[in-house]
This record gives sequence, C-alpha cells and structure tokens, in this order.
Amino acid sequence: MKTRYSFGGDEHIFVECDEEMSLEAFFKGMSITTALREAKIKGVTEICPANASFQVRFDPDVIAPDAMMAELKALEAAAQAAPSTLETRIIEVPVYYNDPWTHETLMRFRERHQDPTSTDVEYTARINNLDGVDGFVKAHSGAPWFVSMVGFVAGLPFLYQMVDRARQIQSPKYLRPRTDTPRLTVGHGGCFGCIYSVRGAGGYQMFGITPMPIYDPNQTVPYLQDFMCLFKPGDIVKWKPIGREEYDNTVAEVDAGRWMPRIAPVTFSLAEFQKDIDGTNARIMEALNGH
Amino acid sequence: MAINVIKPGLSTTVQDLGRPGYYHIGIPTSGAMDTLSLAAANLLVGNPAGAAALEAVFMGPELEFTTDVTVAVTGAEMPPKVDGQEQAGWTAFRVKKGQVLSFGFLKAGARAYIAVSGGIDVPVVLGSRSTYTLGALGGFEGRKLQSGDVLPVGGGAGAAEGRTVPEGLRRRPGTPAELRMLPGLYWHRITEAAGVRFFEDTWKVAPEADRIGYRFKAGRPLEFVDREQPFGAGSDPSNIVDACYPYGSVQVPGGTEPIVLHRDAVSGGGYFMVGTVVSADMDLIGQLQPHTPTKFVKVTMEQALAARRDRKAVLEGIVAALG
Repeated sequence: MKTRYSFGGDEHIFVECDEEMSLEAFFKGMSITTALREAKIKGVTEICPANASFQVRFDPDVIAPDAMMAELKALEAAAQAAPSTLETRIIEVPVYYNDPWTHETLMRFRERHQDPTSTDVEYTARINNLDGVDGFVKAHSGAPWFVSMVGFVAGLPFLYQMVDRARQIQSPKYLRPRTDTPRLTVGHGGCFGCIYSVRGAGGYQMFGITPMPIYDPNQTVPYLQDFMCLFKPGDIVKWKPIGREEYDNTVAEVDAGRWMPRIAPVTFSLAEFQKDIDGTNARIMEALNGH
Repeated sequence: MAINVIKPGLSTTVQDLGRPGYYHIGIPTSGAMDTLSLAAANLLVGNPAGAAALEAVFMGPELEFTTDVTVAVTGAEMPPKVDGQEQAGWTAFRVKKGQVLSFGFLKAGARAYIAVSGGIDVPVVLGSRSTYTLGALGGFEGRKLQSGDVLPVGGGAGAAEGRTVPEGLRRRPGTPAELRMLPGLYWHRITEAAGVRFFEDTWKVAPEADRIGYRFKAGRPLEFVDREQPFGAGSDPSNIVDACYPYGSVQVPGGTEPIVLHRDAVSGGGYFMVGTVVSADMDLIGQLQPHTPTKFVKVTMEQALAARRDRKAVLEGIVAALG
C-alpha cells in the first residue's frame, strides 16, 4: 500500500492511500484524517475522507502548499501506529428489492445498460454467479456493509461489503449515466453499494429502494433532527429485505413522523475482522438483534 | 420590505459566498460562481461583500420592489432596466417602491449578479444563504425562483447611486477563454502525447454547463496508460476507486469530454481527474456561455499562487474604489 500525494490546484491536497479498495486503505485514511483533525493546523478548512483516499482543503494564504504537504506526510508516519478500532453503530436499512419505481426507471434507460434484455438485478446476479434474483438478494443482504465514504450528493453513503473479496458483489456502472434515479434507490457500482439520498443523475446499477429517508434538509424526520444527514464514515449497515406491504406501511409511518430505524452501538476492530470475518459479522449482528 | 418575483428568468437563485465545511458529507460549498462579481455588486449597494444576492443565468428576472432600495448588477452584460429605463451595469442605481426591475438580452458573459441594499434575507442554513438546488437546501425554499415568490430583503438605507466599478477591475474571460490548470491527481493515467494534446486543443463549452460542473467538448480523446484496473474501481480505464473531487478538478469520463466541477460540485465519484483549475480562474468559468472556445493552460504551483495574488489585488482594488 503506497501513499500518493498530489496537489488539487492551489487549495487542495489529494492523498491516495491505495489504488485499490480495501478496509486497510480506508483505515489508513481514517487514521491520518483523525490525526489531522486533532492537530488543528491553521489554514486547514475541510477534511474529506473517502474510500481509499482523502482530500484536504486549505487556505494557501494561511499555510503555504509545501508546508501543508510536509505536515500531512509527517502525520502519515505518526498515524501508521494508530489502532484500527472504531466505536461505531450498526443501522438496519429495509430494502424493497426489485421494486416498481427503480424497475420503471431502469426500463426507461435500458439502452444505456450493458444488457438491455435483463434487469439490473438479473444482470448483476448472472455476472456474479448468483442463483437468480433470490440468490442475489441472499448474497446482498446476508452480511453487513461498511460505510467507507459519504458524498457525491448530500448524505449519500458508499458501502463496502463485509465479506472476503471472492464473495464481494461487483458490477460495472451503466455505459452512460442515467439522468434520473429515484430518491432512496439502493445502487451498486464497482464493488460499492450506495443509497441515493436525493433524486437525480446516477450511473450505478439499481437493485431496490428503501422507505427510510437518509437526508432531510428540513429536518422534520425525527431521527434527522440532530443533523440532516444520517450516515458517517465508519457506520455499518445491514440490509433487511422487505415486501410491498411492509414498504407501504413504513412509508406511511415515516410520513406520520413515527418511524425510527433500528440502530445499535458496536465496536469494530479491523484486526478481528481480518482474522475472522464471519465471526466478526455474527458479533455485530448480535449487537443489532440484542441476543 | 420585499421583492415580488414577476418573472423568474431562466434559473435565478439566491447565492452568497457559500457554505464551506460540509463537503465531507457531500454538501458542496455552493455560493456565487463568479465571487468577484458578487462582491462588487454588494459593495456597490453598501452591503458586506458576502451578502446574499441573486445569480441570474443567461436571462434576467423581472422583479417588483415594495420598498426603496439601491441595486447594482454586475457580471454578465445584461442591461438592467427600471420601469423600462436602461441603467448602467457595474453601477449603483436607486429603485423606488413599486418600480419594476427587468433586463435586456444577454450581450456577454453568462451570470448576472443582482445585489439589493440590505441583502436577500432568506434563512441562514448551515452558515449560508446560498441555494443548493440538488439537495433542496438553503436559498429560497432550496430551489430556483418562480413567479409569485416573495423574497424578504434586509434593512438599511443603501449606498448612494452612481458609484461604479472602474472598467479595469471588471474581470472577464478572454477569447478564447483561458483556464489555468495545475496538472495532478490522476494525470499519470494518460499518455504523455495525450497530455500534450490536452493543452494544445481548443475546447468548446458544451450545453451541459451548470453550477455542478462545466463540460467541454471538441478536443481529441485522451489515451490511457495501460493498466489492470484496481479492485473496486470499475472496468473503464477512466474509472478509479471512488474518491473526493476537488473544486475545480477536471474529470474526463471515458477520456472524452472534460468536466470542471464548480460550486455545486458532486463531492466525489469514480472518474479520474487530470488536474485542477486554479482558484483564481473559477470566477471566469461562471461567465462562460455554451460554445465558448476555451483553452486549458498548464501552470505550476508558483504560477497558481501568483494568479491567486492577482485576483486578490483586483478584489482589493474594488474595495478601495468603493471604500
């Protein structure tokens, strides 16, 4: 894992922890960005962690670009020794797979897809050797996912599947991005899952939809009253497959201001995960299910 | 004290100097695309440089005032009219209660800034009055203006009319427009020859040019250095493991059409970037119309910082002139 530094114009430094995605690369970025936040260097204006990289915005009138670069490299050396343990939370996200709204949208943009004759779920199931739609839903919702980045648009989580690499679902992005994606679509591109927080353009495969708002600029949703975005890097997500009836009921409860997501605190240790993936996931699920 | 929106124009939004601090969760800074023009308009009417004003794209709105105010219009050349009487751009003028401000056709530039003494007094959201339309956040109800909207205006007497920004301090893009760019980020992904051609070619602003990003076309496609795609990136050679996008960064999906991200940028994604337009030239992008011929000009960090000082000197000149 070789760290690569580059200036993004006169106001940014872009740091790639590794070319390829891994939780190790994510944790390296998190250690350095945490150390940077604590260092309170004058002139640093924004610190943005990403999947296997991060970005720092600075004011070159306050700190010279070369001095900023030197500070970051010094922090990288210090952050190597940081423990990779995270006090975080697991959040259950209900998903209505193969729902009519993403289906309508994916049919509308079919000519932009690799396989115009099937749906996004069918296509992704096939290229990942999964047994049809049912096999896909089982693989997708069977293990938790790790929020390794928040961004693109307000509050959108990028999710990394917590299984060994051979079992991770992978799919290409659309050949040409769509101009429309329903709000709260559960998507997938490369190795990353996502939840589209707002309606808009998008290039990820569309698998389903959640009734659970994750971004609310008006902050009327009860669990978004502290802050308008739900997700933070380091959160863990467990998908829960639901049908039409539960979807409709949940939407009604959300609209009435009564619905709350299931969330439980959990400790995540990268070392433990590396040693025993299934055991770690089982322990995380116990935290959610309370037994 | 209010403004009645009679006609909204094509896309008119409330903007100030932006909402930094939330990019790490995907909320971009927003704010005026041409911050120098916004500052000039505000200073002309007696507001602080970063007060909220209106940004009108390609076509001006029609506004009725319910109180006496001072108004200034800067940025794009789009002649302001008070009850049909043409007014000078970059110059403060008075508008009386009941009068209507409208605009002639766009002659040059792309975005006009309409400052009103007292500022547009919409609620402050996460530290700014700027509109982020994609996230329905800030500004007037999180969206562009519509007919029938009533915009609140802050108090204050307003500056005297007649003050003007000297011609030499009105910064405009040249022909072709030149955007200085510091190569970097994933520059190493393209071949040396492609890198040379990128700066040789004259690009044209594509119709897809908005507050999120400006797309350019008509240059030659970029050739990639061969590699096995890293895990998680996706199969196209222009794909990377989804990462942050700096403001001003130049991504080239598929290696064909560069997109320069601007004030409502998507904060990250899976396309490689060849570099970043220097902070000093971001204002100029806000004044580019579709089809404008544009060249990217390769600069060093030293040149980027010199450009930054030059831009700051222009702003200080405007402040001194309007003191």
